[in-house]
Amino acid sequence: MKKSNIVLKGLLKENPVFVLLLGTCPTLATSTSVISALAMGLAATAVLICSNIVISALRNVIPDKVRIPCYIVVIAGFVTIVQLLMQAYLPSLYEMLGVYLALIVVNCIILGRAEGYANSHKVGEAALDGLGMGIGFLLALLCMAIIREVLGNGSFAGMAIPFLKDHCIPILVQSPGGFLVFGIMIALVSALTNGKAPIKKSFDCEGCPSAKACGKLTCSGCANEEKEAAVND
Amino acid sequence: MGEKLILTVSPHFTGKRTTQNIMLDVILALAPAVIVSVILFGLRAIAVYASTVISAVVFEYAFDRITKKENTIKDLSAIITGLLLAMNLPVTIPLWQAVVGTFFAIVIVKCLFGGLGKNFANPAIVGRIVMLLAFTSAMSAAPSFLGSVDAVSSATPLAVINSGDIRSLSLMKLFLGQCSGALGETCAAALLLGGLYLIIRDVISWHTPVTFIATVYLGSLIVTGSPYEALLCILSGGLFLGAIFMATDYVTTPTTKWGQVVFGIGCGLLTFIIRFWGSYPEGVSFSILLMNILTPFIDKWTRKKPFGGIAA
Repeated sequence: MKKSNIVLKGLLKENPVFVLLLGTCPTLATSTSVISALAMGLAATAVLICSNIVISALRNVIPDKVRIPCYIVVIAGFVTIVQLLMQAYLPSLYEMLGVYLALIVVNCIILGRAEGYANSHKVGEAALDGLGMGIGFLLALLCMAIIREVLGNGSFAGMAIPFLKDHCIPILVQSPGGFLVFGIMIALVSALTNGKAPIKKSFDCEGCPSAKACGKLTCSGCANEEKEAAVND
Repeated sequence: MGEKLILTVSPHFTGKRTTQNIMLDVILALAPAVIVSVILFGLRAIAVYASTVISAVVFEYAFDRITKKENTIKDLSAIITGLLLAMNLPVTIPLWQAVVGTFFAIVIVKCLFGGLGKNFANPAIVGRIVMLLAFTSAMSAAPSFLGSVDAVSSATPLAVINSGDIRSLSLMKLFLGQCSGALGETCAAALLLGGLYLIIRDVISWHTPVTFIATVYLGSLIVTGSPYEALLCILSGGLFLGAIFMATDYVTTPTTKWGQVVFGIGCGLLTFIIRFWGSYPEGVSFSILLMNILTPFIDKWTRKKPFGGIAA
């Protein structure tokens, strides 16, 4: 795969938020204002790039059976660095993000890329993947935050917009509005990519990180079981 | 020859009733309540009705055009959604807020789920609830009807009941709609007239409205301990509007008769619980929305066993 493609696929085609549906919790929680969305996106991107590089570099050292705890330790290390830096230099942003900054540790996007990409690719590719996915996450957060803050609060990055200030729809900033905007954005992205966005291959046994543990040697085993389950329903 | 052999799935009998035809009946049934509300609340009521009805039709048309779907505004359902939503709004509502509510009702609740027949919840109800949560102060305004004693505003009957001053309400005034509240909900007489018309025309069955109102009456009777006060309770708020016009929507309520009875009782219980112990004074719209969500299960439980069939 070309280097530019590795970065670009994270923006739309495999956008972590709107296509892979990862990291929904921080997306809904921090997209209430443009500033917090920007801060969250940048922090997550930084952690994602660093953790992808380290995990990719250690991919031959980490034992398979305890890989998840190892990933968590690596990710938690970088999150702590970001958290302490932010607390020292950007205390007001640190206050704004609150618990969601620490929760980057268990962010599905970061763990998902470590498990699904970094542990099977070279360091350079993993870094680019982290960059693309991070920017995809950032863009998704910004899109939602702009819609929610401008229409829901009548302001942009804290600055009031004259006409909209008196005609805002507060429900968009509340949690139901978050889900509404999220759903509509998923539909829009799906329409833009003609619904072909997720690459099927990465979801079958080849791409499945649990393939070894699963015991179903071939994919048809999985598929048959699904069919049986569907019939039983 | 090939043209004469038409192969289609059942039903093979077709009646004269069409969606448009039924919707026209509903609009006719709503007419008395709409006219009474204009008389009671003044000409601004017309502006509120116009803003929701026109925007409902425009939104549906625009959605059909943008998504390249068949134009569905001719089935008149958008007009009914607009009318019902306006009937749930106070006359003082800013018109742009009414348009936002209509957008939620038509585009998000109806069109995005696939249009009429595929929406899981009643569009007008969700539009009202979204507006209640989004524009709480404007929605809970209680404008008084024209010619009332206090010129600015007065408490809605439900607020009066909540404050315990129930005896100050007059049964006759509540029945004729001479009280404050949302546009279409105050005049029980006009709503009953519309409901009777729909039952006679066989558009709706009596099961849901009757069980809905009866359940709220019984609950209120138990709590207040007086048949007269319970009667005041069922005549106040949006109970008649909800029970007759919104709990009988074909799409979002059960299709079996027993299902409709269960639906009505469920709505009544929830309304009664929210009214007496909830934080909101009115629970009709919330109860109908919650029962809308249960409708597929109610239908499943009350499905008739076909003759000779095996029990599921």
